[in-house]
Amino acid sequence: MAVCVAVIGKDNSPKYILCLNPNQELQFHYRVHTSLDVVEEKLKATGDRDVRELYIGQLYSTEEHKIFGYVTNTRIKFIVVVESSNTSLRDNEVRMMFRNLHSAYTDVVCNPFYIPGDPITSKNFDNTVRRIMSGN
Amino acid sequence: MSVSKGLVDDVLFEFLHAELVSYVLNSSKDGKKGDVTSLEYIGFSSGYRIIERLTKEWPRFKDELETMKFICTDFWSSIYKKQIDNLRTNHQGVYVLHENSFRFLRKISSGRQYLEAAPKFVAFTCGLIRGALANLGLDCTVTAEIQQMPACKFHIQVQKN
Repeated sequence: MAVCVAVIGKDNSPKYILCLNPNQELQFHYRVHTSLDVVEEKLKATGDRDVRELYIGQLYSTEEHKIFGYVTNTRIKFIVVVESSNTSLRDNEVRMMFRNLHSAYTDVVCNPFYIPGDPITSKNFDNTVRRIMSGN
Repeated sequence: MSVSKGLVDDVLFEFLHAELVSYVLNSSKDGKKGDVTSLEYIGFSSGYRIIERLTKEWPRFKDELETMKFICTDFWSSIYKKQIDNLRTNHQGVYVLHENSFRFLRKISSGRQYLEAAPKFVAFTCGLIRGALANLGLDCTVTAEIQQMPACKFHIQVQKN
């Protein structure tokens, strides 16, 4: 379903990034990085009722990819990249992906051995992300 | 069944906290008796982590005051099973949380006799509030004031930068 999932910290540093195809990792780093400006923009926009929702919708799309974003109350950003050719993907499926991702992330943070702000190395988190990417 | 289970949970949390206080204070280095810094830090990191879970299903906070209201209601009741009794603010970054019957002081005999023992029972909570707010993006200092147990006031001063 998704081709890349990224977790970006408060200070916009990458905490975790996983791509379906490891050869394209650099390209996805670039895509995720570019999308962060759109995230900031969406967060700044006020007066919109949707702005209070954690899911901030599609950030931008290119010929190959669609990029979706989600920002937690604690300013952690989740970015999911989906192939544009995947037209069957519905909005609530994307929301579901983010919700699962957020649950997995809270589990990581609540682990006393994880120091907040460090890159995520948890195997459990890794497995959950892989499951989300494959679409179950 | 679920009611009695809840009560047991409550007591366990109080025991754990009491034990934490006595362990931390007894294991601190000599000459620094009554040093509550590490208690405060344990509170900080607990608050920092737990807020991630508590705000998961919550819409984004509009402003500072809304964040404080969340601390006084949902955050407080999920930890202390009651809400803060009164919240006051000068709208310039100072917030005072009035707690009429603070859970960690409720079991200590009220009045002034044990007043000097009180700080160690509020240090964890000060850290907890500070940690939660820090993760929500508000750097602040939290102090507690106790005049008559079991009432307690938490002063939150948000650092403007």
